[in-house]
Amino acid sequence: MSPSLAGVGNWTLQYVLKPLWQILLFIVISAVLISGAALVAGVVLRTPWHGIELLRVRPRIDLLNQIWLQLPNMLLDGITIGFVYAIIAVGYTMVYGVLKFVNFAHSEIFMLGGVVGYEVLMRLKAGGNLQTFPPILLILFMIVVAMVISGGTALAIERIAYKPLRNAPRLVPLISAIGVSFLLQDLVRAFEALTRNEFNLAYPTSDIALLSQRFQLASTSITNADGRVITVPAVINMTSIIIIASAILMVLGLNYFVNATKTGKGIRAVSQDQATASLMGINVNLMISLTFLIGGALGGAAGVLFGLKTTRITPYVGFTPGLKAFTAAVLGGIGNITGALLGGILLGLLESFAAALLPYFPALGTGYTDIFAFAILILVLLFRPTGLLGKKVDEKV
Amino acid sequence: MKAFKVLAVLAIVALVGSGFALAPTASAQSNVIKIASQSPLSGGQSVLGTAISNGARLAIEQLSKPIEDLGFKIEYVPFDDQATPDVGVSNAQNIVNDAAILAVVGHLNSGVAIPASEVYNKSDLVMVSPANTNPAVTDRGLPTVVRICGRDDTQGTVGANYALNELKAKTAYVIHDKTAYGEGVATFFRDVFQANGGEVLGFEGTEEKANFDAILTPIVASAPDVIYFGGIYDQAALFFKQAREKGLTSQFMGADGLDSSDLVKIGGEAMVGTIFTSTAGPAELFPEAKQFIEDYKKTFKTEIVETYAAEAYAATQVVLAGIEAAIKANNGALPTRKQVTEAVRATKDLSTVIGAITLDGNGDKVEATYYILKAVGADPAGAWKELLTTTTAPSPLAAKAK
Repeated sequence: MSPSLAGVGNWTLQYVLKPLWQILLFIVISAVLISGAALVAGVVLRTPWHGIELLRVRPRIDLLNQIWLQLPNMLLDGITIGFVYAIIAVGYTMVYGVLKFVNFAHSEIFMLGGVVGYEVLMRLKAGGNLQTFPPILLILFMIVVAMVISGGTALAIERIAYKPLRNAPRLVPLISAIGVSFLLQDLVRAFEALTRNEFNLAYPTSDIALLSQRFQLASTSITNADGRVITVPAVINMTSIIIIASAILMVLGLNYFVNATKTGKGIRAVSQDQATASLMGINVNLMISLTFLIGGALGGAAGVLFGLKTTRITPYVGFTPGLKAFTAAVLGGIGNITGALLGGILLGLLESFAAALLPYFPALGTGYTDIFAFAILILVLLFRPTGLLGKKVDEKV
Repeated sequence: MKAFKVLAVLAIVALVGSGFALAPTASAQSNVIKIASQSPLSGGQSVLGTAISNGARLAIEQLSKPIEDLGFKIEYVPFDDQATPDVGVSNAQNIVNDAAILAVVGHLNSGVAIPASEVYNKSDLVMVSPANTNPAVTDRGLPTVVRICGRDDTQGTVGANYALNELKAKTAYVIHDKTAYGEGVATFFRDVFQANGGEVLGFEGTEEKANFDAILTPIVASAPDVIYFGGIYDQAALFFKQAREKGLTSQFMGADGLDSSDLVKIGGEAMVGTIFTSTAGPAELFPEAKQFIEDYKKTFKTEIVETYAAEAYAATQVVLAGIEAAIKANNGALPTRKQVTEAVRATKDLSTVIGAITLDGNGDKVEATYYILKAVGADPAGAWKELLTTTTAPSPLAAKAK
């Protein structure tokens, strides 16, 4: 499987172009499906539908027009947050694949990454080096430091809190994970309270000129009933571009590692059958540790990206994205890395569309976004209990 | 490994044991009077919550002399309600079970104060609120509830009228945080804005605390003149900041929940120009507060006298005056909670750091002042806000009497 000089073209195809093509396919399929569903709903609900109050659109609003106006922005936002969910979901899904248990402390590993990114920024700022640092290098540096610390913490947690419980009933490490999760939250809170006396860790993003750049990709316009033309520009932030680019790089790297290297093969073997893998001379403990290290590092990187995007991290910020990412992992088929990616993008898009369109239904409102997203999850699981990609792939990691 | 486990168990036993040792024992002395405070001392809203606790602490340190002269000792017990109704209520249970506690200063959030005050009321314990503006706080008619700040029905009206008349806004999009306070003030803003000729393009509640992208999309599509946020600064600052990053140029508005230096700390430059109403004036405005500001800065080693610190000090002044009057009325003996409540409710022309306070039959201030402020700088330690104008309005009961 290792690349030979003669097969560089082949290698690029296998580990760069093919996964890239798959990611693009996921995005396009999810986007088309959800946009299509929204547009159909827009047409159907244009006139009051069977008099159902719940689905009555706000007066003087043409739902179809609004969907058209918002479509590019909803897609961009959904894909951006979807990639963040996907990167976190990989951490859940890898650990599940290997140990068959849900590592609920992963959302805190993610939060820790965000906090580390903040600390790096603030330390550079205190030294007066923030403006002089090349921004791309700065972000890369933040991500790398966060990956090291988050990955290391995940590794330590596995050794301290999960390894002694490996032969216990499966519920026991789960409880241990919840305990670790609380512990990490409050340790970080105590640390920030003692060193900075801060709870809201605001990223000084306005000091990084690169991040305030915006690009207009397209714009959609409609003509109102009164003849007024309304144009809404579809704007993408530099931060979103950074998120999507780094997420794709990480997915490519992970794909290469898991599918092309000997160690990756070891991890896959352990995920299929620990005892047999051990008989084949694979160091099971090492493989499990590696799984936590990689999942944790990706979670940490996602934390930095989330911090750059939302510009504030708190010790409790991990819970909601963590839960969403876990949902994404289940949606895509838990234990399956490709599934995590698909689930993340799909959930991000679903959420983005729901939150941006529910305000037009006075009986519902944007507060129902999560119910909507989770209802879809339940529906998918009813028909495919193993998740969208749960059965198609027999190799689980 | 075994030794390590034994050590760990011992350490836990020691920790738990010391916890018990530190836990407050029922006060044996009958001459100790405790005053409790409840506000968020941890979490995202702790800046305002700590200001309330600091204000109360300073007042008790400085002003308990007259009661001590009567032979009583005053103790201060701060509680952390974490801006969460459940925590506030369970703290309230602990507070009412401590017989030495005769009054509570708090809370910051109406959504916490409303359920907690039901608990206080069952044991006749008076709650003097420096910050709870939701009408339901006093409108439930509980005899033990008093507030020394304004009300959201008036605050929402003041905000809506300012948007219509001064900012010449025609359209508004209203967002709130789904709490009693946020949804309440946002509803009043919406209703008045609509009634006086403005168009409300949307009214949405959200508990989202980090990523507002999707919520902002319909706002971008409707491009309102004003975006009004009913909620607290930790959520609002982020929401507004992300709105600017999306290219929205609308005027940002809000209510007293935005009135904290952390607004500009979290939101940065994007907050400059934000206009918000408040029921708490900047402490510098009150001629009586000069000494207080100096003492506050010295005692807590800070340059920022946060919003509601002066109000908490004044609320504690109301409590202390009530306790003193109750002791005197009780011929120098320890008063009951009910007697303290009655004395506090009778507060009339009491001079405090935020001016004279007279309460009406509902427990509202007879006349409250509403301030319209504007964020003018991004430096939280500097002069980040500026007073635009003030309005004085009577409480509903006082207005009816007139």
